[in-house]
Amino acid sequence: MDWIDFATPKTISEAVELLASKGDRARLIAGGTDLLVQLRGGRRSVDLVVDAKQIPELNEMSYSPQNGLVIGAAVPCYLIYADNAIAEAYPGLIDAASLIGGIQIQGRASLGGNLCNAAPSGDSIPPIIALGGVAHIAGSNGSRQVAAEDFCTGPGRNVLQDGEMLVSINIPVPVAHSGASYLRFIPRNEMDIAVVGVGTSVVLDESGQNFVSARISLASVAPIPVFAKEAGDSLAGKPVSEATIQEASEKAIAAATPISDMRGTIRQRNHLVGVLTRRTLNIAVERARGG
Amino acid sequence: MVANIVLSEVEYTHIGKRPIRPDGVDKVIGRAQYGPDITLKGLLHGKVLRSPYAHARIKSIDTSQAEDYPGVKAVITAQDLPFASLSKEELGAGYQALKFASDHILAGGKVLFKGHPVAAVAAANPHVAEEAAKLIKVEYEELPPVMSVLEAMADGATLLHDDLYTSSLGETSQTASNVAAHARYEKGDVVQGFDEAAVVVEREFQTASVHQGYIEPHNGTALWSADGQLDVWCSTQGAFTVRSSLANVLRHPVSKIKVTPMEMGGGFGGKISIYLEPLAALLSKKSGQPVKLVMNRVEVFEASGPAAGSLIKVKMGATKDGKLTACQAELALDAGAYPGSPAMSAAMCAFACYDYPNGLLDAYDVVVNKPKTQAYRAPGSPQAAYAVESVVDELCEKLGIDPVEFRLRNASKEGTRRIEGPVYRRIGLVECLEAARSHNHYQTPVDVQPSGKLRGRGVASGFWFNRGFVSSCNLTLNPDGTVSVVMGSVDLCGTRASIAQQTAEALGIAYEDIKPSIADTDSIGYTFITGGSRTTFATGLATINASQDIKQRMIERAAAIWEAKVEDVEYVDAVLQHKSDSELRMTFKELAGRTLTTGGSITAQCNIDPPGEGNSFAVHIVDVEVDQETGKVDILRYTAIQDCGKAVHPSYVEGQMQGGAAQGIGWALNEEYFFNGQGQMTNSSFLDYRMPISLDLPMIDTVIVEVANPGHPYGVRGVGETPIVPPLAAIANAVYQATGVRMQSLPITPGKVLDALWSQNGS
Amino acid sequence: MPGPTHVQATINGEEVNFLCEPRQSLLEVLRDVLGMTGTKEGCNDGNCGACTVLFDGRIIDSCLVLGVEIQGREVTTIEGLATADGLHPIQQAFLENAALQCGICTPGFIVAAKGLLDEEPDADEGRIRHWLAGNLCRCTGYDKIVRAVLDAGEKMK
Repeated sequence: MDWIDFATPKTISEAVELLASKGDRARLIAGGTDLLVQLRGGRRSVDLVVDAKQIPELNEMSYSPQNGLVIGAAVPCYLIYADNAIAEAYPGLIDAASLIGGIQIQGRASLGGNLCNAAPSGDSIPPIIALGGVAHIAGSNGSRQVAAEDFCTGPGRNVLQDGEMLVSINIPVPVAHSGASYLRFIPRNEMDIAVVGVGTSVVLDESGQNFVSARISLASVAPIPVFAKEAGDSLAGKPVSEATIQEASEKAIAAATPISDMRGTIRQRNHLVGVLTRRTLNIAVERARGG
Repeated sequence: MVANIVLSEVEYTHIGKRPIRPDGVDKVIGRAQYGPDITLKGLLHGKVLRSPYAHARIKSIDTSQAEDYPGVKAVITAQDLPFASLSKEELGAGYQALKFASDHILAGGKVLFKGHPVAAVAAANPHVAEEAAKLIKVEYEELPPVMSVLEAMADGATLLHDDLYTSSLGETSQTASNVAAHARYEKGDVVQGFDEAAVVVEREFQTASVHQGYIEPHNGTALWSADGQLDVWCSTQGAFTVRSSLANVLRHPVSKIKVTPMEMGGGFGGKISIYLEPLAALLSKKSGQPVKLVMNRVEVFEASGPAAGSLIKVKMGATKDGKLTACQAELALDAGAYPGSPAMSAAMCAFACYDYPNGLLDAYDVVVNKPKTQAYRAPGSPQAAYAVESVVDELCEKLGIDPVEFRLRNASKEGTRRIEGPVYRRIGLVECLEAARSHNHYQTPVDVQPSGKLRGRGVASGFWFNRGFVSSCNLTLNPDGTVSVVMGSVDLCGTRASIAQQTAEALGIAYEDIKPSIADTDSIGYTFITGGSRTTFATGLATINASQDIKQRMIERAAAIWEAKVEDVEYVDAVLQHKSDSELRMTFKELAGRTLTTGGSITAQCNIDPPGEGNSFAVHIVDVEVDQETGKVDILRYTAIQDCGKAVHPSYVEGQMQGGAAQGIGWALNEEYFFNGQGQMTNSSFLDYRMPISLDLPMIDTVIVEVANPGHPYGVRGVGETPIVPPLAAIANAVYQATGVRMQSLPITPGKVLDALWSQNGS
Repeated sequence: MPGPTHVQATINGEEVNFLCEPRQSLLEVLRDVLGMTGTKEGCNDGNCGACTVLFDGRIIDSCLVLGVEIQGREVTTIEGLATADGLHPIQQAFLENAALQCGICTPGFIVAAKGLLDEEPDADEGRIRHWLAGNLCRCTGYDKIVRAVLDAGEKMK
């Protein structure tokens, strides 16, 4: 690995200043599970690595049924699924947080890092999008908020400008009769990159028989995680049925633009989008019904 | 729950017991010194510059910037290998072999695979060495890569070597070729045999290149002293093989090379060849300091030996009542960049489980632009068995005969002659098949299928020769009554324990009183690699023989002490006693305590090249579940049955069977080298080269069938390789039972299963 | 280029001070700077678990942590498990169950198992297999490793 400098700012403003001073030659490190591999493999090169783990706001995790969930950008996955209240309120998010890497990786890797890394296959991104997550960004020119579905701009690229950093991801309070789910398809049973991943969230009416709304997001089927808005919208106001779920699956396939590579073919990926959309919707419905 | 069964006929005091291995404590507390753990005063760290191309001509190499880089102590290229300054005339008949060996270490004229070493740097630390290696400028002229045996064998194929000619049935071709060798094995008349058959099945199979997947990367550390003495430390299956390989490529006398084998983090056949050791030696010679090189995981995948990919055609015929009439196969195995695929071994193993009247086998060793293939657990046999056992399964289906019953009707047994000549002595295939048939797994129907998932069961058998070859042991009786056993065999997975058990058995003393250790090449007689499933057998025989010698010397010593005749003294249950005077009696320990004052130490040694290795057979049963929506195959239940001869340490025998099965499962389902259009491997990490993880496997039940090998006093056969042979076909056969599709290409990835299911549905 | 960084941390219960370059991983620091070679390198990219250590009680891959990141923190390696009284129950269980063959993955598995059994000595086969999914073993097929961890859990209750 080439030489790097390492800085441990204690405040957001200090961090922003460090990042701004080096432009694209600086990078924030949370768990480092992607960044260090990229630096070592020569796929990314920086002069300065800025530690996110000494900055209080980036390590905050709070949930209240009034304000929803705030996950600091550096909070490791295991802290998220170890929190019973969060696990109960956001099972769709836990689906992803508990399958990124193995237990060792989950001890370090953060959802913020997963989002910033902006891999098309990032496992936590579809559920964050499906749950309506919002990225809170700080920078030299002040702070701003970006919807999760607008955060990634290309493989490994995101909306952060030089001198900007992700502070936290906020996820709204789950409304009554809602449920979410994330599934990915991998050839092994863990420790793998999603051939396809699908995150869905649904809101049902009181009867539990009809969709009020739904959001569907896909991984590994485009240069960025896909927000399949039409697929989710197609369910709004419709009864929960095989037919409506099938229709949504087909719309999800239509939103996918996969390539063939060593992990899967176009046909396989499109097919899996359909399968996983159906499976995740069924799980989300089940959870929304309190199952 | 069925777990591990041992079918024993003979019981011993130490053989067949499960003591704690002598090297165990060091390995669970992190003290054991593996190859990469070594450190020496003034140690430099090396980095290899490797070819980014699969096939290219090197036009120039400029190392000047790297040499000038601060902290760099030495830079080498192929010009630093002795081969560069030797003429064809000087080398004579050995020219081509040395050219291939040298070029493999550091590319001379051409690079032949992505990852091929081109230069190496030694510097004060690994990061500086890496920075400097990047400063070496290499100009390449790219050439078209040849990636498959079909491409390589085609007329007008691009040639990897312009001086490689086909050696075929005793003749050498007139024109250069990518086919290094063609061998044929024949018996009876297959045309007539197929005429007599009621059913004939002919199919073609492919398998991808796969890696041995040891967790410890290759490493080599060397110190070349000013007087020409070269000391090498490395992880290897055979220190003496490293010594002779180094002597060859460095043109340095073996007497000036000492190789110390460190603890070994997995080999499976892949740690026999030298890679980094000669580079470390040359860098040390140039810098005057010790140099260590360790591959990273990308380098391990891209530049160390995968197992051969294969293209195999099999044709088999049988009568209505299930007797084989003819067996024919054509096997092309890719050797990687230099000749030496296990094509011939694959051919010999292909039908080794069967007794059949007519056979014809053609085997081809073919070079392609992949890393040079290396041995991987029963080299060639898994690829061959995948093809043959799949065809057998189809024959069984067509004939309506149970697959175990069919194999029993045609099983090789004592007296059966293999196609390449040898006649089996006592072997245990029939016993394995009978154990399979009566096993709870085979007797229990496959579980009902949950919705959307399909389940099926597969069976396959497998063969490996097992080997003898040269081993050495030195035994020393210590004054406290313990015995030190020094051996040349490297301990991959319990060798110290199995040798100590055999020594304890032979001497009749406690296992805890045997102190095994592994010596460097200056301190023990030549010993062949730990591999070929030979070590427990051959090194075991060496220690048993040496133990007999120790007993004899103890008898002589007791006789001298008692002033009795040697023939009047006997050694019974570790007690020296006079045959007629019951007053004259000494325990083993008592005599040991007196050795230093009665003539000095008692030692014995044995150097052996034993005949009488016992061939090994296995039968595996597997239940799979296929998700027809995703194509994913899960292993539900797995049983490995094998004739191991007498199992010296059943726990480590079971471990071999389980580990081999797990590797075979990986080979069958997910493991493969992906190459892009430029012949570059694209999945050179443990993330994308998908070896089975703990969640991918069930407990693997075992049945050790003990049919004693008549060539060993305790009946030991050897175990390690056969377990990887049956899983490939067993799983393919189970997938067929579940889905109705025959998978004729490995690995059976979810994508391939989906494609097959779609074709089946006509979609 | 500035010089190396001074780091103070607690390793296996002892306060340790060392100098390292920011680019050096915790794994490199342990092996090359501190001479603690019990922690093994298998892949250097977080996919094999051979370098597993406990970091403030939680298992992590030491190849994916920078040496400078352990400032003020607590690390336990394989060398820190056995005491003067003897082996840790997990180490003993690995020996008794023949749960190692070549042994290169063993330190990582034992440390990972400790991370589990310290919290959940009752972990069943499924839980153990899930917990150990980040640790690759190529020799054993995991069977005897899982049995050893089950056995150790019994003893640690």
